[in-house]
Amino acid sequence: MGILEGEKVTKFFGGLAAVFDVDFDIDEGEIVGLIGPNGAGKTTLFNLISGSLSTTGGEIRYQGKRISNLKPHQICRLGIARTFQSVNLFGNISVFDHVFLGSICGTASRTKAVDARHKAATILELVGLPARKSELAKNLPLGEQKRLEIGRALATEPRVLLLDEVMAGLTATELNSFTTLIRQIRSGGTTILLVEHVMQAIMAICDRIIVLHHGVKLAEGLPQEIAKNQKVIEVYLGTDAYAER
Amino acid sequence: MDYGKGLWTKSFFSSLLVLFLATLPFYMPPYTPLAVTSILMYVVLTVSWAMFCGPTRYMSLATATFFGVGMYTSAVLGERLPFPVVVLCGSLGSFFIGLLTGYICLRLRGFYFAIFTFGLNELVRNFVLWWEGRVAHTVGRWVVLVDSLTIYYYMLAIVVLTVLVTFFINRSKYGLILLSIGEAEEAASHIGINVTRYRIVFFALSCFFMGMAGAVMATKWAYIDPRIAFNPVLNFTPVLMALFGGVGKMYGPIVGAGILTLASEILLSRFPYYYMLLYGSLFIVIISFLPDGLVGLTGRWRRNRGTR
Repeated sequence: MGILEGEKVTKFFGGLAAVFDVDFDIDEGEIVGLIGPNGAGKTTLFNLISGSLSTTGGEIRYQGKRISNLKPHQICRLGIARTFQSVNLFGNISVFDHVFLGSICGTASRTKAVDARHKAATILELVGLPARKSELAKNLPLGEQKRLEIGRALATEPRVLLLDEVMAGLTATELNSFTTLIRQIRSGGTTILLVEHVMQAIMAICDRIIVLHHGVKLAEGLPQEIAKNQKVIEVYLGTDAYAER
Repeated sequence: MDYGKGLWTKSFFSSLLVLFLATLPFYMPPYTPLAVTSILMYVVLTVSWAMFCGPTRYMSLATATFFGVGMYTSAVLGERLPFPVVVLCGSLGSFFIGLLTGYICLRLRGFYFAIFTFGLNELVRNFVLWWEGRVAHTVGRWVVLVDSLTIYYYMLAIVVLTVLVTFFINRSKYGLILLSIGEAEEAASHIGINVTRYRIVFFALSCFFMGMAGAVMATKWAYIDPRIAFNPVLNFTPVLMALFGGVGKMYGPIVGAGILTLASEILLSRFPYYYMLLYGSLFIVIISFLPDGLVGLTGRWRRNRGTR
């Protein structure tokens, strides 16, 4: 039994099955990649886990307990945090206050303002933004905004972190530093579930990969197995270039 | 949030202003406190509207409802209870109706929230009209009179209280929380903020002060009926004043309400025929050049001086 499990998770929007009968079992400390074409249901699955959407069928369990229809703020306090596909920051609030807010509101037990401030400073160091702490979020370039979103999520002391296309739009240098950052976060004990289209990153960081297609789980396995999987190549990868010879 | 030197300066000048207003009756003609009471009323309504709607960006058009609840509490209880208790009851009445309203419109945002609150005022107004007619067998009510000077000092105290409460909310974590709800509500809920709870509680808190003002002003207006107490124009005026002054800074609503009420009094007496035209034009001109409201002026001034 892993830290985050899904059993026959289903979500219908009217007649359309965005996610259908998806099972997953994430062990603590893993980095699992979730890939698939656009519209495959990856972000919908994230929304179901984080509580933005309610499931139509199936069950999602965190640490063995059902979380399927809890509200987002409750799920956050239990220990699941996320970032968003298009950066969802508080534009007119400073970098420091973002992380401070996450620390003071999102933790399982009450955090005092003084402790929250220390935590925020530490996290800003981790994500590489201490110099920008007074800057308003709307004035940051994309790479820094993504770091801030990760920092804000980390401030809530999550056991599981959902990263939704966090590498999108980054330069090659930024990709490298983000990869390092994600590994650092995992070594701190956080389990990471990663939706990505940047295949080099996925292949490099993930312990396991789950592939979704039209809302259904197409394949699951080690990165190399996925890279060689004919169905996955046909539907998504387009090439077997990611497989090692 | 760093306030530093700015805070001491602002506190000093604010205290001076309050002192000036408190001693006004001693060196101004008797009419002045009466006129200033109206200004104070608009300041309270605007500041309490902005207390919730400023940071969260929910546009409530139900200010008149909660003001009116305070008025009616005063009318009904005025004869039976001492004035301070009546004012407190008016505030609490508005507070609980505010809680109920917040709870009912849980799922509404933006445009729908605005329309709902506007409709709420119509509902309450017509309900009271019906009740007064059928059950209480009256159209309006007379309110126990209180002397103008007492009213003036009560309103001044309410202004100070409302502004202080807004100030302490803004610099606490609740200020940040309300701001985050206004900026990105979905993201806010994902970092552990129970958006619903904060919406309901702080909306009701802003209604508390509207009710307080209503309970006091009823004794000034002396006669109220549903049309007067739940006047729809009073739904929009605080919104206009807050936008005029600017919701970005705390003193924006105060400045906006003060200047617009003063301007309207002056315009009304000088240009009785063209007053509305001039008033509207003033508003449009200012908003066109300063979309952030009057507080946007300080931003420009600082930029021009090269301090930034």
